[in-house]
Amino acid sequence: MKAPMKARVHVTLKNGVLDPQGKAIGHSLNRLGFPEVGDVRQGKYIELELAETDKARARARLDDMCRKLLANTVIENYSIELVG
Amino acid sequence: MKAAVLVFPGSNREGDVAQAIELVTGRRPQMVWHGDGDFEKTDLIVLPGGFSYGDYLRCGAMAAQSPVMAEVKKRAAQGVPVLAICNGFQIAAEAGLVPGVLMRNENLKFVCGDVHLKIETSQSLFTNRYQAGQVIKVPVAHAEGNYFADADTLKRLEDRGQVAFRYCAPDGTVDGPLGQEANPNGSIRNIAGVFNETKTVMGLMPHPENAVEPLFGGCDGKALFEGLVEALS
Repeated sequence: MKAPMKARVHVTLKNGVLDPQGKAIGHSLNRLGFPEVGDVRQGKYIELELAETDKARARARLDDMCRKLLANTVIENYSIELVG
Repeated sequence: MKAAVLVFPGSNREGDVAQAIELVTGRRPQMVWHGDGDFEKTDLIVLPGGFSYGDYLRCGAMAAQSPVMAEVKKRAAQGVPVLAICNGFQIAAEAGLVPGVLMRNENLKFVCGDVHLKIETSQSLFTNRYQAGQVIKVPVAHAEGNYFADADTLKRLEDRGQVAFRYCAPDGTVDGPLGQEANPNGSIRNIAGVFNETKTVMGLMPHPENAVEPLFGGCDGKALFEGLVEALS
């Protein structure tokens, strides 16, 4: 049997949406001796296994998942990557 | 007024709001478990505060997709009033019952204490016992109460009078440094609570249910529940 398809979903804050966590990370890195660090944006990485063999169908389903649950499109963008 | 209080795994203010409702109605509201698809018809639905589903993914995101919320959305669309407090507000925003989203507090800290709110309008089921411009004192307790909406949505909210409350200084000042200081979480335009378009759904971060008895340190939240009773009985 074919191994299940894997998907990687990245969820990131839209440009212009304030990211206090990213800002705090940036400040900490500056303090730790990394002055080259400028703007930092924090996001989420989600790995999913799918019982699906058709890539186009998998992508469409993942898009639906992102819009319904994985991302809040008021403030977040998402990107989908299929592996294997 | 018959009320239903929804209970999700991780809710923790359902008892507080049930008590506040019982105080003004003399009747215990119905407690509805999140897994129930259907529940008795009521005049009011309450989404209480807490940490539903451990705040996994995003605050309120999982609860917004739970079976009972499909029914809540249906009833809200039919005009059944929904009061969404704190985590309930996060759930309502995630479910699309009210516009916008609640983000991590700007200073990254959990805020817990009393805040002052300016009543923006008395023209609603929820605020009819207050005067527009009145200042009330109620507690907040949250880490994700930083209200955000895009510019178009904000304009629509303001034009239609859908802002219910704003954080303000004790004297009612919302703008300037005083207003900024009074804003506990970085909410855009100091917004603490909003209505949906028909003003039948209201979401707010503060806890009016925890300001209904002198022993709690204040009674300024009681009028919200009294107003609901008057409007819905």
